Amino acid sequence: MRRRDFLKATGAFGLLVSFPLAAAFQEPEKLPTEVPGYPKDFNAYLRIGPDGRVGCFVGKIEMGQGNMTALAMLAAEELDVPLEQVDMLMGDTDLCPWDMGTWGSLSIWQFGPVLRGAAAEARAILLQLAAERLGVPPERLQVQAGVVSVMGAPGRQATYGELVQGKRIERHLQDVKVKPVSQFTLVGKAVPRLDGRAKVTGGAQYAADIVPAGTLQACLLRPPAHGAKLLTVDVAEAEKLPGVKVIRDGDLVAVLHARPDLAREALGRVKATFQPSPSTLDNQTIHTHLLKAAPVARELAAKGDLTRGEAEAVHRLDATYLDGYVAHAPMEPHTAVAHWDKGRMTVWASTQAPFLVRGMLAKALGLAQKNIRVITPFLGGGFGGKGGAPQALEAARLARLAGCPVQVTWSRKEEFFLDTFRPAAVVKLRSGLDKNGRIAFWEHQVVAAGESEAETMYEIPHQRITSAGTWMGGNPAGFHPFAVGAWRAPAANTNVFAKECHMDQLAAKAGMDPLAFRLRHLKNPRMIAPLQAAAKAFGWTPKPGPSGRGFGMACADHRDTLVAAMAEVAVDRKTGAVQVKRVVLAQDMGVVVNPEGARQQIEGCVTMGLGYALLEEVRFKNGQILDENFDTYQLPRFSHIPDIQTILIENATTPAQGGGEPAIVVMGALIANAIYDAVGVHLLQLPMTPERVKKALALRPRSS
Amino acid sequence: MANTLSFTLNGSKVAVDADGTRMLAWVLRSDLGLTGTKIGCGEGLCGACTVLVNGEAVRSCSTPLAAVAGKSVTTIEGLGQGGALHPMQEAFLAHQAFQCGFCTPGMILGACALLKKTPKPNGHQVAEGLEGHLCRCGTHGRILAAVQEVAGKGGAR
Repeated sequence: MRRRDFLKATGAFGLLVSFPLAAAFQEPEKLPTEVPGYPKDFNAYLRIGPDGRVGCFVGKIEMGQGNMTALAMLAAEELDVPLEQVDMLMGDTDLCPWDMGTWGSLSIWQFGPVLRGAAAEARAILLQLAAERLGVPPERLQVQAGVVSVMGAPGRQATYGELVQGKRIERHLQDVKVKPVSQFTLVGKAVPRLDGRAKVTGGAQYAADIVPAGTLQACLLRPPAHGAKLLTVDVAEAEKLPGVKVIRDGDLVAVLHARPDLAREALGRVKATFQPSPSTLDNQTIHTHLLKAAPVARELAAKGDLTRGEAEAVHRLDATYLDGYVAHAPMEPHTAVAHWDKGRMTVWASTQAPFLVRGMLAKALGLAQKNIRVITPFLGGGFGGKGGAPQALEAARLARLAGCPVQVTWSRKEEFFLDTFRPAAVVKLRSGLDKNGRIAFWEHQVVAAGESEAETMYEIPHQRITSAGTWMGGNPAGFHPFAVGAWRAPAANTNVFAKECHMDQLAAKAGMDPLAFRLRHLKNPRMIAPLQAAAKAFGWTPKPGPSGRGFGMACADHRDTLVAAMAEVAVDRKTGAVQVKRVVLAQDMGVVVNPEGARQQIEGCVTMGLGYALLEEVRFKNGQILDENFDTYQLPRFSHIPDIQTILIENATTPAQGGGEPAIVVMGALIANAIYDAVGVHLLQLPMTPERVKKALALRPRSS
Repeated sequence: MANTLSFTLNGSKVAVDADGTRMLAWVLRSDLGLTGTKIGCGEGLCGACTVLVNGEAVRSCSTPLAAVAGKSVTTIEGLGQGGALHPMQEAFLAHQAFQCGFCTPGMILGACALLKKTPKPNGHQVAEGLEGHLCRCGTHGRILAAVQEVAGKGGAR
């Protein structure tokens, strides 16, 4: 998918807009509740108070990725106000304009232009108002820090606050242009996060921290395994505890108490029996099952003629790559607080998509959307796992039944059980080299992961790319033994792992340095630049693998953000343990809004990527999730963290792209290739645990 | 059984009517309304609920209330003094050593306790000292830098 030019996108705002200015600036607009699409009226996004402070209302949510700061920067830039003058209000379906949800690294590249367009239009209208007030044409006005003044006569001025106050004007503005990159004074500067102070003082509120008076804490009865049906339940012992309330509503059995720990204790006294799960799968047999149960594959790309490519190949390389289920494991478990009051449901929920959740709640509860308000406070990590919010429905159902506010906070065990995992997957890659050492053909067949980044960016004359089954819905029944979903850069991690490992194996077969081999098959200068920048910073010197140095590389084009990474690893041949010593990652993401935020996202991607590369795999058997907490499911810890160097490629001509996902997609192949360079074995299955590394070393042919 | 337990919380005496076998984290959050202490795993495996008891880091989700009777408990809300941030909080800000912020209170308190024990740690000692604290956002490198900066300035006091 290629991204639209953002100037074109903001053209959508060059429409006739009619608005009651002052009124709309000062009080929340009555927003349409069922309109899918961004409102065209900038008043939905921006309100300027009499004191000149800018209220910026966006339906996006802040989950750690720093979009609160970056979006505030965009608004401040277009309005010419200091960043400190912008107050962000996010993720409230009553107060903020509609948004589909915060995921896919979309906040900046997709929503950024919308917000910029709104702010640019607001600024133009403020200039018109100032022109009338000061008696000069708008061309003679300048704006600095929210103060409009006459050029050459700075004493003649009016603040935004003064201009907006008390007036009611309707205006039509067309073709308001956003600022060109060359005029940016704030965007592109490294800025500290706006949520900093709240987060270091404990003042930042997450869903579990919001407790309306009279709230009961609910713990729900869960089956021991996916697919296990409830047979009998006995709540008598739980009900004997003082302050406990038990609610049963069909499949829902909940124990409520004013204190969360006492509710959990009471749940432990509920006696229930379940029919065993019909599932017979486990994490050992899953890949065979996925191949057998896969739906018909969809062709994503085809070029040339594979048969001809095969005939031209003098070396063949076929390999199968495996990936396991991976948990999101945000530090904050799914939480929601529902308050049912006078026919209106207010829910504070840890969700990446408050508007989507409002729609889901309306349907499930039989309420009109206008009678539901969903608010996402600070989110303690999302990573794609908090798109839906089943806990919000649980809390809302219980709040109606209990007649008081109800909070549902999943335990870590529930978090692992109910998570929508990144799917286990299989990639079969067939390829060949021609007599000149160029890739003659390439066939990539991905099963169960999904389509993102399955296609190759390399120049290959004969190729075919197919995909069967996905992390999204629409799979055959029982394809995955439990729910799967979007996990930071869905499908791309699996596909890039296979592709970039395969590139290294082909380079080795061609007897070429992995960087030289890649450059030989690349044309895109935006991909070549980060590769060269990373190589320079890393100190990459050409050598065919395995060189024994433990140097690896991988690169990717993830939705027009170009990523090149190099790593150095040490492999303990006895234990199979891999220690990543350093990672250099260069990224071209177009215009960078907040370089500080971009670097934080890259560092986060590298770290989280080490998890799926080396440590993380959900173990399960017969519908039961065997990993229930962080004792057996290992996240990257301090001792795993390499020295991370980030390089942002300057690119003022490409609009701002996403930065929350791209860097993570290279991590599997990056580490696998470095392991190969260190010890000469190709790891074809993630995660590359010590056991798998040891096994691969033991199977290594003596000749190599 | 419920009885009154007294301890010092962020410098002030408090008395709680609660069963002493209940874990401190829930009492702090639910009974006392101090929600800066986070619960990430409930079993002492992630460090998000870390508080200081007599200056030492403990996992409040696995520390019975009775164990802090008569002792001094410091939560993130009580770390700064007189409206000023604690040097560790300042350093976390300066290094932007957080993203989602959910692990941050426990991380900061854990780091303070670490420096009390080992005032001049090297990078390896900081990493080792905070190994039990999980961060899913991947801010580890920045946290290490923040802690070492505080140590370099003479510790967290």
